[in-house]
Amino acid sequence: MNTLLDRLATDFGIYDISDRKPAITTLKVEKQQAERLIRELRDREGYTHLNFITCIDYIEQGIFTLVYMLHNYGDKSTLGVEVDIDRENAEMTSIHTLWAQAWTYQRELREMFGINFPGSPRQEEDFCLEGWDDIPPMRREFNTKTYSTETFGHREGRVSEDPREHMKAQLYPTRGGDN
Amino acid sequence: MSKDRSSKNTMENSGLSADEQLLFCNARPEPYKPYSIKAVEDFANWARANSLWILAFGTGCCSIELRPLMTARFDISRFGIAGRPTPRQSSVFIIGGYVSVKTLKRIIRSYEQMQGPKFIIALGSCPANGGMYFDSYNTINQFDLYLPVDMYVTGCMPRPEALLAAIMELKEDIKVGNCDGANRYVENLDWYKANQKKVIKNWDMPDYNW
Ligand code: SF4
Repeated sequence: MNTLLDRLATDFGIYDISDRKPAITTLKVEKQQAERLIRELRDREGYTHLNFITCIDYIEQGIFTLVYMLHNYGDKSTLGVEVDIDRENAEMTSIHTLWAQAWTYQRELREMFGINFPGSPRQEEDFCLEGWDDIPPMRREFNTKTYSTETFGHREGRVSEDPREHMKAQLYPTRGGDN
Repeated sequence: MSKDRSSKNTMENSGLSADEQLLFCNARPEPYKPYSIKAVEDFANWARANSLWILAFGTGCCSIELRPLMTARFDISRFGIAGRPTPRQSSVFIIGGYVSVKTLKRIIRSYEQMQGPKFIIALGSCPANGGMYFDSYNTINQFDLYLPVDMYVTGCMPRPEALLAAIMELKEDIKVGNCDGANRYVENLDWYKANQKKVIKNWDMPDYNW
């Protein structure tokens, strides 16, 4: 693994390697190199299985981090390739030519985060949501509570309790909610 | 199709294209009129109460509770109740938990296709007030804005016994003629439709699904 990572690091300009979990190594790579790196991993290094593609919204830094999780059946190792892209006009190279199932992930990312994958099939179609007309709901600037109350209303009489205080009062009523 | 399709008793069906509009019935539903003789209506109500067929359509996690009812442990068939696979054959729609906007559209379609008499039981806190999905961008918070509810069962999720009790109570209510949800729906159709269209933004079906 380490020799592989050393070689890749120089060839593809990988600028960060971390082992957050013992079984999963993640590499950080520039957007331009990502597709080439993933192709290399798939074709030469045995990472033939795409587990999933997902996105993390780092709104404070103005970036989305895309995570491509790849699996190698040979040595049963899992490798995450992380790519930072700009939050404004978010766009990324499509990898549907490498794995056909990447379409689906890319359609989902487009709908939930508003990330564009030019050339990826059926990008314009609705995926899960039907007729959605607000900003993509998984972006962190989207306030789901406000949206819900405005769109679906609020039932009069519904109250929220602080679970901790509420259960204390329920379980230890004689101690005045203080145990 | 030379018949005049626009009159006071028709729906607009504006979500459909001009071609599609010809394919669907656009008549307005009419409220059910009870028999004029009370004894006959009472008898009819007794018959209705004892012939309940549940539509096999589970919407959220609460509908898990429908399964034990069908099988040996709670066995709902001892009350003469059974599941039916299609809306045309059923009379009870159990809203099994949270309702996403996408599901709401299918629920409306199925409910309108059910033939009267028909009743809705809303199961769990989600249809009542949003439950734990109260802040979701995708699930409705008050089900009775969109379709009339005859019976609520609270809980998250309610036990099968609670659902059984609700069905027993529904039977009693039907016997005394209290379950007029379907009529409320038809009488206030415009109000219900306005609410439905407010959340279902791609309305591409007839205004009333006959
Ligand atoms: S009430 Fe609870 S169990 Fe039922 S659908 Fe809502 S969250 Fe699920």
